[in-house]
Amino acid sequence: MVVIGAGMIGAACADALATRGMRVAVVDRGPVVGGTTGAGEGNLLVSDKAPGPELELAVESLRLWGELAGELGARALEYEPKGGLVVARDQRAFAELRASAELQRAAGVTAVDVPADGLREWEPHLAPGLAGGVHYPQDAQVQPALAAAALLRRARATGRVDLLTATAVTGLAKGRVETDAHGTLHCGAVVNAAGTWGGEVAALAGATLPVLPRRGFVLVTEPLPPLVRHKVYAADYVADVASGSADLQSSAVVEGTAAGPVLIGASRERVGFDRSLSAPVLARLAAQAAELFPVLRDVRVLRAYRGFRPYLPDHLPAIGPDPDRPWLLHACGHEGAGIGLAPATARLIAQLLDGEKPFMDPAAFGPGRFEKEES
Amino acid sequence: MRRSPLDLVRARPEPPIEFSFDGEPVAALPGQSVAAALWQSGRLAWRRTRVGDRPRGAFCGMGACYDCLVELDGVPNVRACLAPARPGALVRTQQGDGHDELR
Repeated sequence: MVVIGAGMIGAACADALATRGMRVAVVDRGPVVGGTTGAGEGNLLVSDKAPGPELELAVESLRLWGELAGELGARALEYEPKGGLVVARDQRAFAELRASAELQRAAGVTAVDVPADGLREWEPHLAPGLAGGVHYPQDAQVQPALAAAALLRRARATGRVDLLTATAVTGLAKGRVETDAHGTLHCGAVVNAAGTWGGEVAALAGATLPVLPRRGFVLVTEPLPPLVRHKVYAADYVADVASGSADLQSSAVVEGTAAGPVLIGASRERVGFDRSLSAPVLARLAAQAAELFPVLRDVRVLRAYRGFRPYLPDHLPAIGPDPDRPWLLHACGHEGAGIGLAPATARLIAQLLDGEKPFMDPAAFGPGRFEKEES
Repeated sequence: MRRSPLDLVRARPEPPIEFSFDGEPVAALPGQSVAAALWQSGRLAWRRTRVGDRPRGAFCGMGACYDCLVELDGVPNVRACLAPARPGALVRTQQGDGHDELR
């Protein structure tokens, strides 16, 4: 097997395939976690997902993350099952939030309504005047670069996995992967785990997959004493994620880290692969975070980083065989949820390659779903 | 005899100024950074780490590493290598993250 991409998804796929006894080459044109994985926050969320196939995938994936933390050690992944707290600014937003939590509960998510006067018990520094919130104990966090490296390390320890970094794929055909640094790799199947660049990889095989970059910034504050205990975000975030607009959306997602700095996301813009810093976006994120946590108003930001989420038009990942090329399996396009969804994505890919019955119906993730409109 | 870079470039600096470090006077030439002045005064450490309470001072000396953090006029996490030494400034050793008031 050849896995293209040494990010979180590629690492999880390599681990899942090697565990089943398959021989795997992981190929990446850059280093390990050189793309979106290295620029993420490491969100493992069920809270932001509406009932449906993505939530089903997320629930299984978060269960698998818990297992991985048990096997590899929580410290090796900086796994923190800290839970999420979604807050609503006004009564209308709170009513909507409670209604969506009700639907999530029916889909197997644990969600606990928190009245306005109970919020400070969960987060002592939250702004006064919020209408209420919902607590999601399943939400968790990993350090994505560490987690991907840990999975790749375990995969390589089987002796069945080669890691070829600084190796670009230049051609793809059934049974053959052409590379610039290691010649032709012969294989039974190819897994396209190239994330935001998954569309380019698909194109090498003559396939179409409309993955687009959706830029996001993260602010990093100076190290602080523990102020923020959960992943805390405003209910507007869910609408931002679901928006199809190319324009800027932003809503504060605030969380503390083990090392001390507070991380502040999350902006979304479709501006291609433009890496330039946008001061207005950073200012807006900072203001929104200070609105949720007034204590952050006097805290300084040390730096900001940005990454490009792999966006597919219907916000669902592509997981499964290419419609016209059964030897090419796509596992990309997870937008901002790839870290959280990686273990279950890898499990689906491994089950499909093994001819086993998948743990859930992957039809909604079928890479062929974008073809209809074109033909 | 100790050689000074000031001699090498035949500098004619303005008269020295003075700031305080943990209550003690420290002399600085106009234009010097806080870190340079502290170093010149023989002090190599002006921060204690969050984990392990270990001493830290200037490492990269050019604003990239954030090792030389100091409390300047009541504001923690100021990079001493970038902050100009100003007359009368109150510089203090930074303990941990410098935000005890938030604990």
